[in-house]
Amino acid sequence: MSEAMDFRVIGTRPVRPDGVDKVTGRASFGADFSLPGMLEGAVLRSPHAHARIKRIDVTAALGAPGVKAIVTAEDFPSVAAGAIEGGEGGGDFADLAGNVIARGKVRYHGHAVAAVAAQTRAQALAAAALIEVEYESLPPVLSLDAALADNAPLIDEALKTKGLAEPATTASNLASVIEMGGGDLAAGFAEADLVVERRYQTPTVHQGYIEPHACVGRWVQDDQAMLWCSTQGAFDVRSMTAKVLGQPVGALKVIPSEIGGGFGGKTTIYLEPLSLILSKKSGRPVRMVMSREEVFRATGPASAARLDLRMGFAKDGRITAAEVTMAYEAGAFPGSPVGPGTMCVFAPYRIANFRIKGLDVLVNKPKAAAYRAPGAPQALFATESALDEAAEKLGLDPIELRLRNAVEEGDAAIYGPKFGPIGMRACLEAAAKHPHYLRPKEAGVGRGVAVGFWFNVGLQSSAEVHINEDGTVTVIEGNPDIGGSRASMALMAAETLGVPYESVRVVVADTETAGFSNVTGGSRVTFATGMAVVEASKDIIAQCCSRAAALWSTDQEMVEWRDGAVHPRPGVNVDAQPLSLKDLAGQAGRMGGPLLGKASLNAKGAGPGFSVNLCDALVDKETGRVEVKAFTAIQDAGKAIHPSYVEGQLQGGAAQGIGWALNEEYVYSADGVMENAGFLDYRVPVASDLPMIETQIIEVPNPGHPYGVRGVGETPIVAPLAAVANAVSASAGVRLTELPLSPPRVLAGLDQA
Amino acid sequence: MKCHVQTQVNGEAVEFLCDPTATLLEVLRDTLGLRGSKEGCGTGDCGACSVEVDGALACSCLILAPEVEGRQVSTIEGVASPEALHPIQNHLLKSAGLQCGVCTPGIVVAAKHLLEQNPNPSEEAVRYFLAGNLCRCTGYDKIIRAVLDAAAEMRGEAA
Amino acid sequence: MARVHVPFDLRHLAEGRAELEVPGDDYRGLMGALGRRFPALGQALQDDKAFVLDGEIIDAPLLEAVGPHSEVHFLPRIGGG
Ligand code: FES
Ligand code: FES
Repeated sequence: MSEAMDFRVIGTRPVRPDGVDKVTGRASFGADFSLPGMLEGAVLRSPHAHARIKRIDVTAALGAPGVKAIVTAEDFPSVAAGAIEGGEGGGDFADLAGNVIARGKVRYHGHAVAAVAAQTRAQALAAAALIEVEYESLPPVLSLDAALADNAPLIDEALKTKGLAEPATTASNLASVIEMGGGDLAAGFAEADLVVERRYQTPTVHQGYIEPHACVGRWVQDDQAMLWCSTQGAFDVRSMTAKVLGQPVGALKVIPSEIGGGFGGKTTIYLEPLSLILSKKSGRPVRMVMSREEVFRATGPASAARLDLRMGFAKDGRITAAEVTMAYEAGAFPGSPVGPGTMCVFAPYRIANFRIKGLDVLVNKPKAAAYRAPGAPQALFATESALDEAAEKLGLDPIELRLRNAVEEGDAAIYGPKFGPIGMRACLEAAAKHPHYLRPKEAGVGRGVAVGFWFNVGLQSSAEVHINEDGTVTVIEGNPDIGGSRASMALMAAETLGVPYESVRVVVADTETAGFSNVTGGSRVTFATGMAVVEASKDIIAQCCSRAAALWSTDQEMVEWRDGAVHPRPGVNVDAQPLSLKDLAGQAGRMGGPLLGKASLNAKGAGPGFSVNLCDALVDKETGRVEVKAFTAIQDAGKAIHPSYVEGQLQGGAAQGIGWALNEEYVYSADGVMENAGFLDYRVPVASDLPMIETQIIEVPNPGHPYGVRGVGETPIVAPLAAVANAVSASAGVRLTELPLSPPRVLAGLDQA
Repeated sequence: MKCHVQTQVNGEAVEFLCDPTATLLEVLRDTLGLRGSKEGCGTGDCGACSVEVDGALACSCLILAPEVEGRQVSTIEGVASPEALHPIQNHLLKSAGLQCGVCTPGIVVAAKHLLEQNPNPSEEAVRYFLAGNLCRCTGYDKIIRAVLDAAAEMRGEAA
Repeated sequence: MARVHVPFDLRHLAEGRAELEVPGDDYRGLMGALGRRFPALGQALQDDKAFVLDGEIIDAPLLEAVGPHSEVHFLPRIGGG
């Protein structure tokens, strides 16, 4: 794409197409759907963190009032191991099935053991309590140290470590080891004038979407099934659910509801297979809705992590060597995001001599799910804290230190391939000039700087563009709209077709109506689905050109598309008025039929996203309480299609990152029960905790997208952890390396200072 | 034994039967089909279920349905008129004060209540008043701005 | 011949080598040649790693053409939130 593109509607800030429905309460979310004769479901969950299931007796429960069906693992086919496709990485179908309903063993407190369908939710809950389960409890494994200890109790007796030089012969809780390296580590450290060496730790946190998981399943006698659910990806739900149920994909129709937040946590399945099998057994549709407590206990958390990091610096701030061992908790099944973590940990910098080791470790906690830039926040919390400490000790400005090591276009990333055009340097330069960075700090306030990074992904997307007979446009796509993506799609279609934004309607359709699309996640929708919308719009343009050429009895090369209409090319001698989309749509029936454009693709070229965050924080040295006084998020968006929603991603990611840094954490009892499974005790940031979050969008166009777009959804959560921790450390006068920086931990740090 | 309840919802007389332990939120959503109020927690911690009962702001998940006998309940469904959205709704749309939108009904109800009590709140006052309404998507920035802009518009100042 | 960068943690499956010159006009040809030379390496790459061609992560590489001077990397798979 050319650098200086003039846009007509891209970059403007229109009201989103689904906006009115969402501000008036009309939009239908997961729990807002019902069918005639619908039953309500409830799940019986494990009271143990680790136990063998000896016996399940449902007799009493089946006789309880209103009960129509009960399912346990016996009602599900056994699922063979096999990698889950769809770019979520590191998942296995057998584990997925085992997480949906426990088979033989429960692996965490809250693991689903049985499910009940009854006429009312109260009846279903009462009946679930009557199911008798005999457990043989096992010692729970609740920390990395406990999991990796010799003779640790095994969470999966068949699990052998992957990635070892010599194949593992015995089972362990270490699911896999990943290593990367380059250069000469010893020489690099020998060259260093300063070595920073520390252990950094981050807690288990939850995505915290406000809408709990919910679905309605209906199974009909001919084995055709329908599922309405709140998900980031209807097609992924379809393939995962079909696999867990041993059904053909085509037998299952998934209708995505509006989705009340996901952040990665709604890219997998929990209730969906349960509701369908309950429906099959009862012959009635079954709705299942999680309570908030269930959401905390049984879904999504992001991995707790521990990073042992050592970095060497020359006097001028150049990084001479870097070494890290990063252990991530996978939860009860393999598949923490330590892989991407190893690739992110040093990605923003040129480092010739490095060694990275990543460990994926099982513990008796819910299976970790994706959470915005999975694996990256934990990783860069460590690196960016170490850089801050180095800047302080070397007497360098922290932005200058980063500029001296920053990767640029043409550099090979530490994980191998070369970077194309990237915004790392532009973000740092913008930060150095930002009014926030230049203004004097208030007394006692610490100022933190940190860099964020995420690869961004492409994956598969489809789109159809229909031109209605009056020239209005309907776009059909399959990616649930979590944060205004309908508006971005409409803007890209309007831009390409040369029509007003208001004439484009975007429909997020079900799996039988839209073409296949992978999840709304990985910061891919505006990029990849947007690319499909642009291509489908170009398909329309090509059809319009060919029809106009035929009408004018000329060749297609003699006509061109300009300002929403087909024109004869300059100099072409045709006596004709331009034909607009509306003109051609009105006559479509006489010219070969309706105008329908299509595209399906597997998008390549998702450009990486870099960010820089600035944070001012004040520590109350009496109470240990931290106040965030100011926060600025600067990020490269490639091209902001709808700047308000890009800013919104930056602000929302900042707030989640601030929560991760300051307050959020799963607190466990010694027997593996989460003690704060509610919003009262698991404290996400509220409006009065935060300042306004300033944003600055940098635009280094991504050559891989027709309008230069890079994904923006993931990167915003990466930098805040270290930006906040660096600010808090500066205000407290002591380096704090274990999150969250809650008042007791800050006070403990102050005591040691 | 079911309870028979007569009440007013958004100005209309309504009667329903419910279990004595049913919450107002359950009845609104499942019995009356008013699903604009959302359940984010069921424990009074998220504000997604915000309604007004006799003009007082409340979490409908914490109120038992029989308690609203003879009272006036206002929900998100009653905020906009058929002709126009409420200024808060308009400003949320204009400033992109919603992403997923699941917190939005509760925010609209709570913010409307605030501006009826205090037509000229400071940023801080809005932040503290909305502290019971969780939003995980926006970082609150654009919500707070929308409420301040709506307040200015309602006071007749150019927003 | 494309240049294949062997992941650090799989070099023991390639006699310790960091880079290999591998013939093949496309993904299948390349992986076939790689697998014939180092069967365990070929299997591990297909099972656990994402295919990266000239800096680009290729999610669906089956029909991907490989140039004579292409650079090939294999990375841990990336998900997304
Ligand atoms: S659902 Fe009522 S406060 Fe959360
Ligand atoms: S917009 Fe999603 S929770 Fe507020």
